[in-house]
Amino acid sequence: MAWGRDSLLSLRDSLVKNSTLNLLVNLTLREIKGQYKKSVLGRAWSLLNPLANIAVYSLVFGILVRAEPPLGTNSGLKSFSLWIACGIIPWGFLATGTSVGRGALTDNVGLLTKVYFPRFVLPTSTILALASTFVTELAALTLFMGLAGGGPRVLLRLPVLIPIVILNTAFVLGVSLVLSIGMVYFGDIQHIWGIFLQLWLYASGIVLPLAYVQQAQDKYHFPFIMIFQLNPGYQFVEAYRNVLYDFAVPPLSRWLVMLAWAVVAMGIGALVFRKFSAQIVEEL
Amino acid sequence: MTSSAVVVSDVSKSFRIYRDRQRSLKATVIKGGRARYDEFWALKDIDLEIHQGKTFGLLGNNGSGKSTLLKCMAQILRPNKGSITHVGRMAAMLEVGSGFHPELSGRDNVYLNGAILGMSKAEIDGKFDSILDFSGVGDFIDQPVKNYSSGMYVRLGFAVSIHVEPDVLLVDEVLAVGDMSFQEKCTEKFADLRRDGRTVVVVSHAIEQMRGFCDEAAWLRKGELMGVGPAQDIIDEYADQAHNTPGADATEEAHLKGHVGSGEVTIDRFELLSDGHEVDHVRTGDAVAIRMHFTCHKALEKPVFGFEIEHDSGFVVWGHTSTDGDWTFPTLTPGQGSVDVVIPSVPLRTGVFSINGGIAAVGRARGVEQVRRALTFSVRRGEPCETSGVAVMHSRFENLVQGQ
Repeated sequence: MAWGRDSLLSLRDSLVKNSTLNLLVNLTLREIKGQYKKSVLGRAWSLLNPLANIAVYSLVFGILVRAEPPLGTNSGLKSFSLWIACGIIPWGFLATGTSVGRGALTDNVGLLTKVYFPRFVLPTSTILALASTFVTELAALTLFMGLAGGGPRVLLRLPVLIPIVILNTAFVLGVSLVLSIGMVYFGDIQHIWGIFLQLWLYASGIVLPLAYVQQAQDKYHFPFIMIFQLNPGYQFVEAYRNVLYDFAVPPLSRWLVMLAWAVVAMGIGALVFRKFSAQIVEEL
Repeated sequence: MTSSAVVVSDVSKSFRIYRDRQRSLKATVIKGGRARYDEFWALKDIDLEIHQGKTFGLLGNNGSGKSTLLKCMAQILRPNKGSITHVGRMAAMLEVGSGFHPELSGRDNVYLNGAILGMSKAEIDGKFDSILDFSGVGDFIDQPVKNYSSGMYVRLGFAVSIHVEPDVLLVDEVLAVGDMSFQEKCTEKFADLRRDGRTVVVVSHAIEQMRGFCDEAAWLRKGELMGVGPAQDIIDEYADQAHNTPGADATEEAHLKGHVGSGEVTIDRFELLSDGHEVDHVRTGDAVAIRMHFTCHKALEKPVFGFEIEHDSGFVVWGHTSTDGDWTFPTLTPGQGSVDVVIPSVPLRTGVFSINGGIAAVGRARGVEQVRRALTFSVRRGEPCETSGVAVMHSRFENLVQGQ
């Protein structure tokens, strides 16, 4: 009798886990399919947006400001547009991911108030869907970097991108978990986050090489460099640049910093989400 | 003794009603501290046990907390106090088609919705044909659901929900979807669930529908549990309370509102009499009399009295005018008076009814006095006890022929 009960319970547990996984997969597919179903160009849109950004920043900083592009360590590349591209696309994942993930709960009120399922599935599927878009963008970028002068050597570094993408996704998910709960209680987080992203873009060295920041630090005796080093945005974006622009492996210190940020963000995200997710429905 | 499917023990739930509609981080920082709110208790110390294999009804007026209780059972809301446990897989059908994505095809949405309701892919694969067949969506299944008619949308949603086949199914007012033939399919499907020994918890206002549907019921008022037990008893109790709670004031008001006529004679009130005593409910088969009290202001020649019984839903189930039986009354003289209509055996089934009355005069085109819904009463279960509808017919079964 006891045996029968135990095996039934474990069967049920595995069923529950399976159905949660199934739900996660289905919701992720819903996001991916839904995102592009509406437009004729479909997925191409996800590449056009960063291309426009690359063009604008190249024009403003590369041509008008005449910023000097850094030299790619192993690739020998020296192009402001390519350097910008390697920053803008990872930054896009960080910015879009946290902005869309922020609304994962508040945009699904109908679902949350009518059906019970583990709530973490919503922000997680949103971020996973965006991560898959990001991966196609990275693939296109890699191809482009190779064609634009780097040659086939870039392919050797591709496996290095996998752990970076995983750590980056974990970081974005952790931040989104906190923000999505915050949005339930405070609607204006939407606007505050928009402003914060503007500042964060410039504080992450996306559009101006670090050499210029060093000049500013020397001139004003303010620890700009240290701020950049502590900034997870800078660290993640630089890791992608290490691989795609320099054709190099990021230094160990950068790996540790990325790991720490991913763990801290996920830890805080999980704690906040666990504490609040059961009571959000009545606040919606 | 059957075992419990759902046990609700000592559950209380409160909601915060914020005084400021807009809550923002900015305002919070400026004012310092969280927004101010009032606490509203939607459920107070509810203890309830739902037995396995039963269809259980939750009754109550709007705001009684019945839907809140259902949502607590479904784990959508978390009670402040107490606990709810259940056995086996539970699924809630609070809204059909929740989470349908308009851009995706019906097929994709079946898989998506099934996943939301806790089904695995293999399970949906196995049930897909049955779902498609049940929904009657046909070839549209590969069209985006944004192109569906609202009926198709709801039918597909319902088809997915009902195929979850959980051990405990929670249903909120969704029985009334689709056309007649679709409703029949739904009723059959619910009967299947019951046959398979699954537990169904249903919330509804439609008490007559619940009567045929539920084995057991509970009713709530203002967050408190007023009674639990066999569905028939609880529904009777609830139906009585529901129309008595507003009190005699409502009857008075209806009386005043309902006056129409030239006014030589006015109707003061009605009485429902059983064994010579005034009552507010009767049982099927009781002998009753309805007494109309009137005041005559000016003499009225050849008066005619009329009585009607109107069902809660608004249709008149019976009407009798004194001229029908060639009854003639003497001229009414000024002063107060009354007249009875005698019903030897109430042929009505359980339900809520009200009385309409009128006074006219032979040869006059216009009525003298008319009142609607002047008195409301309920009919409870008595003899004979027949299954459904508003009337009892003293019917019986005979002449079973078989094996030919």
